[in-house]
Amino acid sequence: MSKKVTLPLTDEVLKDLKTGDSLLLTGVIYAARDAAHKRMVEALDQGEPLPFDIKGATIYYMSPTPARPGRIIGSAGPTTSGRMDAYALRLIAEGLKGMIGKGSRSSAVKDAMVKHKAVYLGAIGGAGAIVSKSIEKAEVIAYGELGAEAISRLEVADFPVTVVNDIYGGDLYEEGKAKYQVKAP
Amino acid sequence: MREIQAGDVTNAVARLFEHSCHYLPPDVIVALKQARQEEKSPVCRDVLDRILENVEIASKEQIPLCQDTGAAVVMLELGQEVHITSGDLYTAVNEGVRQGYDKGYLRKSIVSQPCFARVNTTDNTPATIHTEIVPGDRLKISVLPKGGGSENCSRLTVLTPAEGRQGVVDFVINLVDEVGGNPCPPVIIGVGVGGTTDKAMFIAKKALLRKVGELSPDLEVADLEREILEKVNNLGIGAMGYGGTVTALAVHVETFPCHIASMPVAVNMQCWCARREEVVL
Repeated sequence: MSKKVTLPLTDEVLKDLKTGDSLLLTGVIYAARDAAHKRMVEALDQGEPLPFDIKGATIYYMSPTPARPGRIIGSAGPTTSGRMDAYALRLIAEGLKGMIGKGSRSSAVKDAMVKHKAVYLGAIGGAGAIVSKSIEKAEVIAYGELGAEAISRLEVADFPVTVVNDIYGGDLYEEGKAKYQVKAP
Repeated sequence: MREIQAGDVTNAVARLFEHSCHYLPPDVIVALKQARQEEKSPVCRDVLDRILENVEIASKEQIPLCQDTGAAVVMLELGQEVHITSGDLYTAVNEGVRQGYDKGYLRKSIVSQPCFARVNTTDNTPATIHTEIVPGDRLKISVLPKGGGSENCSRLTVLTPAEGRQGVVDFVINLVDEVGGNPCPPVIIGVGVGGTTDKAMFIAKKALLRKVGELSPDLEVADLEREILEKVNNLGIGAMGYGGTVTALAVHVETFPCHIASMPVAVNMQCWCARREEVVL
């Protein structure tokens, strides 16, 4: 049974999210990946503002296929999150509350999520067609010259995700694996 | 000597990439359905249900299966009796990539100068092209739109001959364990053993062209494939790494003779979204 969650992820919402929970997200998220993260951290280093308010925000590690005419967006599944670990530490400290992607995070990012109360949510890699159905509006808001890697503001409705890392230090990858691992005799 | 027009190569390549990014091969769908049956974790069964739903939506609504429509890998088996006319072969292939990615609304994911400016080439070229010259007067074109997430989980090592068969098993298992959910499991694992290092990775990639679950005709190799598959699935990683009993759909091992001092082992990892298609001209 999926839990419906309305964004932004406030502390009130975050305290009820547990590792393994299946969620349907509704609200605004920002799509950004490798090159956009590099730019955002460079902007912070130079004391410049970010292209969107990071406080309370949720970032989706994703760059879509081009939309066909008449469509809102193309295929829109997650990319591997680990490549954003180095940048995520900085953004979590600035107030980022949610990250959506696939694959495991570094222990430093996991520690930061507990310290600053943020969560990591898993979307299904490769299932970009299904995700595109829950995106109701998409608009490039920064770094358009990066092409597929530009930052987009997305309005989503019932976007399906699974809580991987909660604010209590839970980790679905570790817990799930321990449960189903068959030890050698 | 048989003539094949470069333009026909371009059209075929364009069509193959556009089509393969929307339609998963039937053997992959069968393997995913089987995984759904066998999976013991309810969380991973749910993931596999969504994956199968995604496969339906992609073909029905013409939305690419995955937003990562890949680096364009093209494997050519060129009959030695073939003469390509009205243009050169590789230009024709790259033109096919350009047209297929444009017309199919596929993502352009290639950057030039890999460790410098990383500027997007905007048309997904150049393709990575492998050509083998074979007898006959046909041209077989196989395409693999290869996603970055799984490709990044590929590895190459050179073991000592003393490490032998067990060394191969351990190398693959340790790698799958290390990369966990990153390559979008349930994965298909292409393994190349032998040759020189370049050859090992090439045959590992070529192993991905095999129909999913089709065992090697060599009984010793088939036995190795079975053992690695069982051990990989015992790791408990499961679909998307959420913890489950099906981590890989198949292990395909290819071997090649090698130097007395060497035993290269290459693993080319393929996500569940194993897009591939071929045509013979």
